[in-house]
Amino acid sequence: MAEVEGADAPLCVLDGIVKRFGDLTANDHVSLTLRTGEIHALLGENGAGKSTLVKILDGLLAPDDGRILWQGRPVTLANPEEAASLGIGMVFQHFSLFDNLTVAENIAVAMPAGVRLRVLNKRIQELGDRYGLALDPKREVWTLSAGERQRIEIVRALLREPKLLILDEPTSVLTPQEADNLFTTLEELARQGCALLYISHKLEEVTRLCDRATILRGGRVVATCNPREETPQKLASLMVGSAIPPLRDRDHRPADVRLSLRGLSAPPAELHGIALRNVSLDIRGGEILGLAGVAGNGQSELFEILSGERAAPDRGMVLIDGEACGDAGIDARRRQGAAFLPEERNGHAAVGALSLPDNVVLSRHATSDIAPSGVIAFDKARALSDAIITKFDVRTPSPLADAGKLSGGNLQKFVVGREIIGNPRVLVIDNPTWGVDAGAAVLIRQALIDLAAAGTAVLMISQDLDEIFAIADRIAVIHHGTVTAPVDARSVAREDVGLMMTGGQGVSHAA
Amino acid sequence: MIGFWESILLTVITAATPLLIAALGELIVEKSGVLNLGVEGMMAVGASTGFAVATLTDSSLTGVLAGIGAGMALSLVFALVTLGFAANQVAAGLALTILGLGLAGLIGAKFVGTSRIAIPPIHIPGLSELPLVGKLVFGQSPFFYLSVALAVGVAWFLKKTRAGLSLRSIGENHSSAHALGLKVLRTRLLAILFGGACAGLAGAYLSLVYTPFWSPGMTAGRGWIALALVVFASWLPLRVFLGAYLFGGATILQMHAQAASLGLPSQALSAFPYIATIIALVLISMRRVGATPAPGSLGTAFVPPR
Repeated sequence: MAEVEGADAPLCVLDGIVKRFGDLTANDHVSLTLRTGEIHALLGENGAGKSTLVKILDGLLAPDDGRILWQGRPVTLANPEEAASLGIGMVFQHFSLFDNLTVAENIAVAMPAGVRLRVLNKRIQELGDRYGLALDPKREVWTLSAGERQRIEIVRALLREPKLLILDEPTSVLTPQEADNLFTTLEELARQGCALLYISHKLEEVTRLCDRATILRGGRVVATCNPREETPQKLASLMVGSAIPPLRDRDHRPADVRLSLRGLSAPPAELHGIALRNVSLDIRGGEILGLAGVAGNGQSELFEILSGERAAPDRGMVLIDGEACGDAGIDARRRQGAAFLPEERNGHAAVGALSLPDNVVLSRHATSDIAPSGVIAFDKARALSDAIITKFDVRTPSPLADAGKLSGGNLQKFVVGREIIGNPRVLVIDNPTWGVDAGAAVLIRQALIDLAAAGTAVLMISQDLDEIFAIADRIAVIHHGTVTAPVDARSVAREDVGLMMTGGQGVSHAA
Repeated sequence: MIGFWESILLTVITAATPLLIAALGELIVEKSGVLNLGVEGMMAVGASTGFAVATLTDSSLTGVLAGIGAGMALSLVFALVTLGFAANQVAAGLALTILGLGLAGLIGAKFVGTSRIAIPPIHIPGLSELPLVGKLVFGQSPFFYLSVALAVGVAWFLKKTRAGLSLRSIGENHSSAHALGLKVLRTRLLAILFGGACAGLAGAYLSLVYTPFWSPGMTAGRGWIALALVVFASWLPLRVFLGAYLFGGATILQMHAQAASLGLPSQALSAFPYIATIIALVLISMRRVGATPAPGSLGTAFVPPR
């Protein structure tokens, strides 16, 4: 690679970066050139080495070999502060926010010393107005939705006026309109001379937004291309190394109503939670009902009441197979043939420090023979766990590994498999493919389709409209704790659903 | 009658001051994400060193400074073990208490039985002689004013300064703080040293003001009370202030109750301040208004990933 000094030099060059963790080579001689004004996509499956690479670029990890050139000069990034002082900014996928601090404090802590809070509040406001990233500086972060948290990350990075901005899956919690706003922002930043390194699983976005793409597989660069000239399918197959099978279609043959909500209203459980207001839904056997909505509009409150983590105010508000069960606990509802899978896989759906078989016991002890009369039958739990691993293609270091040792996509396949393998008659699932790679997402979505085809009523809460339009038969939208009447997925436009997610009237819906 | 209440209030202040100083120090330590259970040990070392140096140099001020220094020195051991070697903070803190109590006995061994004149309260001619408020407001030990200033200062530091915000962020989520370029270990070291200084100062207060002599065991569990105060006060400095005075007040109250022989068992009365303080602070934190939960990274070691 020719070294160019001065103004003609690319902003940042990664040259032959190697990073090993024990036997695993996470980055194997990765080279990458970033130029000012360029939006550069970094693509790859989970575990391909994207996160490792950006952590090296952000000064969080030290490479074992290779060089980093910044404006033509070799630099070592000993810590994130040095990266920041060069002008490298980062928007993290797993938010690097402080839950008990306010929005303003979260931003102030990343700013150079001497910035007055009052001045900062004004700048937050200005940025928010300019880029459509509205934030209330005084709110504490723990009260905010994932989408709002994402905004803090972006605003915080922008206020540092970076020369290179790294974005890790920034649109995974945004509505299509919000994502469009973000793209406008990013294009504007690029025009002003900022280089952007954009990591995303959403290949449609990449083909629309990015000027160049570097594709990683197994720690190596397998391709560099202009994504505008490629199809998403082509990019996906480059990432995976083989063609991804399309979802198999099926007929929508709804049967009897299995899961019902009747005028469900509930006050918020937390100080800044969302109140559910008069939610009524019927989900029939054999169908997938997709509940779209921006994070923080009452989805988690609804999930809690459906799963029995929280009792409904009235027992008649939730019915499974016609039986009122609003006051029943989780186990009772599971014995009625329902299964539930919350959004957060590590910490809610599974316990990271427990082995896979133990995690099977956690949710299935009431609905299988793995814990008769409270004593764990380890052999049976292990057998069930192994069956899930085989059937759902879970890649795990060992069958007895701790759940936390699995990658996000593999853990998600495992917990989805754990619920589906019991053949539930009702399944409530929250964001089934959030942050998982394309291969795992296809497998999970196919499993949900097959489950519905076998007669199960599936309620899928999702922030991902691609996902909803890919597999849902009917679509409802949740906004500020109210749920619209479901519409047929084939007869509604994506833009209309996007509009309803922000409270607009997309299509006619019941009050 | 006024004299009686005045004297009660004065004794309440005397009982509350060391708790307040030690608890404020620990509050800063815990806000940075470190749990130092060695407050009792650092207090004991502060008390014995302070008394010993004051006796040897015949200077109370030197004694106080020596007490602070001794507390800091001991906290440095804790910092080395928990920050340098990322050891378990609970185990290290408990060991520190045992070490501190033993060390204090060793340092003070030659001084058992001697006594000094207590550091006198300040006296402002005119003001201190005012009726009612004179002695209460203008005639206290310098430590009292220091402790009040410390409470206000700590609250201001945490809420209003950039360094305070960094400290809170580090305690909340040390990985994020590191990723943002904050100096996690350096900040924690300084916080631990501040906690050590406060515990040492509180100890020196005990042996140079409260009871002007040294005897092993004179800290009498005050370090543990200070620790509990921090938790029950939801890590809020002004609530720590309230808790310290509540505890001080209840202590004096039960002493008077014992003297008045109400017919209650003395053990029950001795337990009263502890129970009253816990109940009161639990009731306060139950209201949730303005309450803050424990710092997110409290008690977990930070090892920078490289």
